[in-house]
Amino acid sequence: KSSVQTIGEEQIQNPYTELLVLKGHQDIVRFLVQIDDWRFASAGDDGIIFLWNAQTGEKLYELRGHTHKITAIAPFSSSDVTEEKNDLIITASADRTVIVWDCTSGRQVQKVSCFHSTVKCLTVLQRLNVWLSGGSDLCVWNRKLDLLCKTSHLTDAGISALVELPKNCVAAAVGKELIIFRLSASDNGSEGWNVLEVKRLVDHQDNISSLVSVNDLTFVTGSHIGELIVWDALDWTMQASECNFWDSSVHPDVQPEIKLSQSPSETSVQHLTSDEECVFAAVGKGIYVYNLQMKRVIACQRTAHDSSVLHIEKLPNRQLISCSEDGSVRIWELREKQQLPAEPVPTGFFNMWGFGRANKQANQAAKKMQENTPMYFLELVGDLIGHSSAVQMFLYFGELGLATCSADHLILLWKDGERESSLRSLTLFKKLAQNGDLQLKL
Amino acid sequence: MISAPDVVAFTREEELEDDLYREPPLPEEYSVPLFPFAGQGANPWAKVAGSKFTRDFILISEFSEQVGPQPLLTIPDDAKVSGTFDLNYFSLRIMSVDYQASFVGHPPGSAYPKLNFVEDSKVVLGDSKEGAFAYVHHLTLYDLEARGFVRPFCMAYISADEHKIMQQFQELSTEFSKASECLKTGNRKAFASELEKKLKDLDYTRTVLHNETEQQKKANDKGYYTTQAIEKANELASVEKSIIEHQDLLRQIRSYPYRKLKDSEFHPYEPECALDRADVGCDQDPTASDPTEPGETHLYTHVPSYTPKLIKAKSAKCFDKKLKTLEELCDVYFFTQTLDQLHHIERTFRGDVCYLLTEQISRALLKQQSVTNFLFEDVSFLDEKPPEKQYRGCQGLGQDAIDEKCLEESLAPKVVISLGSYKSSVECVPIKMEQEMEDSEGPKMSESVMSEHQENLDYLDADIKGSISSGESIEVLGTEKSGSGLTKSESQASLPVIPSPQAGRSKVGSRRTVSEDSIEVLSTCPSESLIPEDFKASYPSAINEEPYADDDEGGLRFTPRLNPGVNDGQDSVLKQESLVQVDAACCIGKESPSFLEPLPELGQKPCEEDGVVRIPPQPYRPAEQGLRGGFPSHDGLSGGLLPYELDSRYLSGSREVSKSSLDECSDSTSYISSAASTCSDRTPSPAHLACAAGERHRKRAGQNALRFIRQYPFAHPAIYSLLSGRTLVVLGEDEAMVKKLVTALSIFVPNCGVYAKPVKHWVTSPLHLVDFQKWKLIGLQRAVSPGGVNVLHALSRYSRYLSILDADSKTLRCPLYKGTVVARLADHRTQIKRGSTYYMHVQSILTQLCSKAFLFTFCHHLHLPISEREPEESVVNRRINFLKLQLGLANEDIKIVQYLAELLKLHYIQEPGQAGNPLLRFDYVPSFLYKI
Repeated sequence: KSSVQTIGEEQIQNPYTELLVLKGHQDIVRFLVQIDDWRFASAGDDGIIFLWNAQTGEKLYELRGHTHKITAIAPFSSSDVTEEKNDLIITASADRTVIVWDCTSGRQVQKVSCFHSTVKCLTVLQRLNVWLSGGSDLCVWNRKLDLLCKTSHLTDAGISALVELPKNCVAAAVGKELIIFRLSASDNGSEGWNVLEVKRLVDHQDNISSLVSVNDLTFVTGSHIGELIVWDALDWTMQASECNFWDSSVHPDVQPEIKLSQSPSETSVQHLTSDEECVFAAVGKGIYVYNLQMKRVIACQRTAHDSSVLHIEKLPNRQLISCSEDGSVRIWELREKQQLPAEPVPTGFFNMWGFGRANKQANQAAKKMQENTPMYFLELVGDLIGHSSAVQMFLYFGELGLATCSADHLILLWKDGERESSLRSLTLFKKLAQNGDLQLKL
Repeated sequence: MISAPDVVAFTREEELEDDLYREPPLPEEYSVPLFPFAGQGANPWAKVAGSKFTRDFILISEFSEQVGPQPLLTIPDDAKVSGTFDLNYFSLRIMSVDYQASFVGHPPGSAYPKLNFVEDSKVVLGDSKEGAFAYVHHLTLYDLEARGFVRPFCMAYISADEHKIMQQFQELSTEFSKASECLKTGNRKAFASELEKKLKDLDYTRTVLHNETEQQKKANDKGYYTTQAIEKANELASVEKSIIEHQDLLRQIRSYPYRKLKDSEFHPYEPECALDRADVGCDQDPTASDPTEPGETHLYTHVPSYTPKLIKAKSAKCFDKKLKTLEELCDVYFFTQTLDQLHHIERTFRGDVCYLLTEQISRALLKQQSVTNFLFEDVSFLDEKPPEKQYRGCQGLGQDAIDEKCLEESLAPKVVISLGSYKSSVECVPIKMEQEMEDSEGPKMSESVMSEHQENLDYLDADIKGSISSGESIEVLGTEKSGSGLTKSESQASLPVIPSPQAGRSKVGSRRTVSEDSIEVLSTCPSESLIPEDFKASYPSAINEEPYADDDEGGLRFTPRLNPGVNDGQDSVLKQESLVQVDAACCIGKESPSFLEPLPELGQKPCEEDGVVRIPPQPYRPAEQGLRGGFPSHDGLSGGLLPYELDSRYLSGSREVSKSSLDECSDSTSYISSAASTCSDRTPSPAHLACAAGERHRKRAGQNALRFIRQYPFAHPAIYSLLSGRTLVVLGEDEAMVKKLVTALSIFVPNCGVYAKPVKHWVTSPLHLVDFQKWKLIGLQRAVSPGGVNVLHALSRYSRYLSILDADSKTLRCPLYKGTVVARLADHRTQIKRGSTYYMHVQSILTQLCSKAFLFTFCHHLHLPISEREPEESVVNRRINFLKLQLGLANEDIKIVQYLAELLKLHYIQEPGQAGNPLLRFDYVPSFLYKI
């Protein structure tokens, strides 16, 4: 526990100095999904979906329709500009139904209940104006909820993750396998689609736990035993793979630490996120930054949290936010290490760990190598403590703040206190002017 | 830092303080010699020590047709209160001044008895022998069995302090009117149902008689009627007549509410107001649900199972029957409500009048701070309903410009009237004026006064002379109208009293040749027909003695306009006013040196004259005088109206407040009410209970806070935490100790809205984030049980949002404080000894903070760029500079003001309807551990 980096009560860089508690859920809140730039939806084990105003924290709608817990949620906004803006969200539940909701009116648009198994993932292909549901099979639906096509029964366990790939392809994680499907327009009509299995990738040794698309050329998968594989999105070949990267001995540039016994939960890749350069992986309690170009982990925080990291996200400003089962949310910043030309520290540092002078040569080489490539480290710049139970997910709203959801049934909206304060001043003077009190008061 | 309460009661209040905090007794040489008449705990300043009762009380009496005037009950219902005071005798006195023109019977030209809906009369009466002064509220209740169907009752507020009665006349009148209206509503209901029963009886009797007559007819077909038959026929006829009469009565009583409703000023008794008065919910009685038509709605529901009885032709002798009790007369529910209201009145007006006045004034001021007052003031009074209609006139005036007011005829009467009762109380007729003139002081009176007198005497109206009262009484005649179309007290406002040129007479008009010891004051106008012209005109100009600023103001505004007709303009008015002053003074302090003063001087330094010399030791008098000095009368004397313009807003406010204060004025010098049990828990409770408790709570909190700042060297950072919105948790094993600390600290907690203070006295479960949002001060149990571990775990987890005061180990963990504000707020070397004084000290500093926060919040350019191109940084700089330089805040004090400003903003922008999502603001600042 002591190995977890802590930050004092003084957090200059932490902008979140105000919070709102959004109450409503009666069970674990697992999903947060952004609808547009000021609204988001939350869903969880109580089967209720709430729509919130991210600025005011106001509860906009309470959508009831599912009888079991929600298993997947996806926003589906109309791609057509000419059409009047019509924001939909699709939710799938353990009651084997999928419901489409209208976010503007808060009404249920349509309900599909012809599933044989629980839908575990939903993906919207905006480009094709269709959405896919993944359970024990993969179904393709159009906006009007017509079933366009479906695959045969794949597995009882079902599809755990779906990601859109170029050229009308999708990758589905089914157990240890990664199956690539291609959607093609059928010959007999414009609305007709066929879905074909194109390839099965069986490189993972264990169940694939996360699947994320990096860019048009690459996507990444992570498995329960900590394998990270980078795939080519066009020909579905393995570009690079990283296993055992939690093992400090493999990566001397990573701060070595005394290893505890590795249990699967500590090596499981819980969540992946990426920007153009790097893939950020939540592995066990730690966070790892994998550089796609260098094909290696450039920075890591082995014990970023007291327990498993459940969700991470990269912010535009080189910051990274992670949330964990321990109920905390932490803000990290990826920083370059200051490299002084003749810094003796690394040597001494390694000496401590027994690399010693015997390895000096190798060390020097390593050091040279490091001098060419910048060194990074993750610095903790702030933590948000509010939830009393595991923080399942969070949603970064930029200026509006950060929404976090948790097993304690709450959603917290973290806000920049300074900004909120000046916004309130603005509102105040608007209202003063409105009431005509301005002259009186000033 | 001596403020009023310190002066008041060296001898008195001690017993009220918690024993724990009892101050050491004063050294003998400093203590105030006990007033000769005073018993243990009596107020040495009270000049009415001759009174035989220990405190103010309310007496309800009846003029019984069987035994004459008799006391029915007193509030508080405690034999100790009235002591040796002769209630029977006093009942006789108060019942003998009933000016109600109650008339029930067969008016000429009417076939049926007519119910007269008599307005209540309000009279002030004094009895110097008993040392008692009373506001007497007469009302008439209907009783079918009573003579003329009426039972005269009166409710009297009896006090040893005549000023109190005089100065609180309007308030008393308003409150008693409520009680009376409640009684009468219940009575109308009961009367109607009684009538119904009677009608059923009569109907039944008629049927029986009819049958008997028929039988007799059948029985003898001899062609002539027996005496018996004739008797029966007569009886039948009389029963039928009786039925018609009773039906008519029923119709009249039922039509009452509707008739009244047409009158815009009519305020039917609202059970809703009963709601906040007492915990008796409306739902107890369906009556409450629809107050406007009590007669119709429930009569049938209540008495469906009534079995009619045969009515004997001859009813029992008057003296044989037992008259209904008051409770029977007015439905139990209404009776209880009335008692509640009376208890409320008793609590409200308890204590010294100056205390009440100060309270009312400060309330007036506070009410005006609508933007900031929610922060540190008691929530209860902010919740109050807006002032009632009768104050409308005044409010309107306050907002208008003075000139407008003078010009606007329509507005004028309202003001005049609403102030009327006060005015009148001012017009205290000098007791035995003639005599005094001959007295040694008399000749020294300035010529002008004399001539004024002579002049005015000419105007004396015959009517008034006629009303010379018997000795030993001060009487203020309240509104009396028998006009059925008009409402009672409220109706004053609707009276079209047009200030007439005769105003000049007024003063003298009220001056009567009365025998020794009597002061008689005629107050608000009765219906026009009843009141002589002089009287109507008199109100506006009779002003000066008014302690109520707004009264003065109201009066003054009119004088210039009113008087030019008569006399030579303002000058004479002024003289008159000063004359009145003199008169009043002489009522108060018989030998007033100010009689000697030439008028001009009187105008220049009146406060001193009034406050110190003329009026014998009166604890709060100086404050009151100070107020007066700043305002109307004296400025009026010097001829300037300008000052009022400045003060007009303030002044108008005080009227509202005099109303609002009713809620929460229990005097520090008064006894702890038996009814208001010790409720330290300030969770929402019926308003008046909370108020009574509120006062004590304040005092106790002040005392505890004093102890806290003396005992704990780290009081400053703790208070800073509270003021800057960081939740303070008081952790301890002993519930009483924790609660005491929480109570002490609660006075520093700013409110987040107009809801209850964000203070939680005792929590035993682990805290959660939501709690910090809701509560800013929490008492937390430290337990050794496993649960206790969780509690502590939660504390350490959320430690960044918390300051933790450990009451057991006497440590405090909280951010550093280096500012100066709190040092002034909580100086451990303070000389303040008393809880209530300290409370006021705190309030005053907090008020300063509030005003700073207000300035900060509402200065436009501190928050928004002056020009569009201005960068945000310069606004921020400006903001910081303002806080530091303009407001003179240092270090952490800035945070306090910023937090308060944030609360103000939230409060202001919050839409009235919605509660708003509570937010939690916090800082990432390191905490330190303080130890003793």
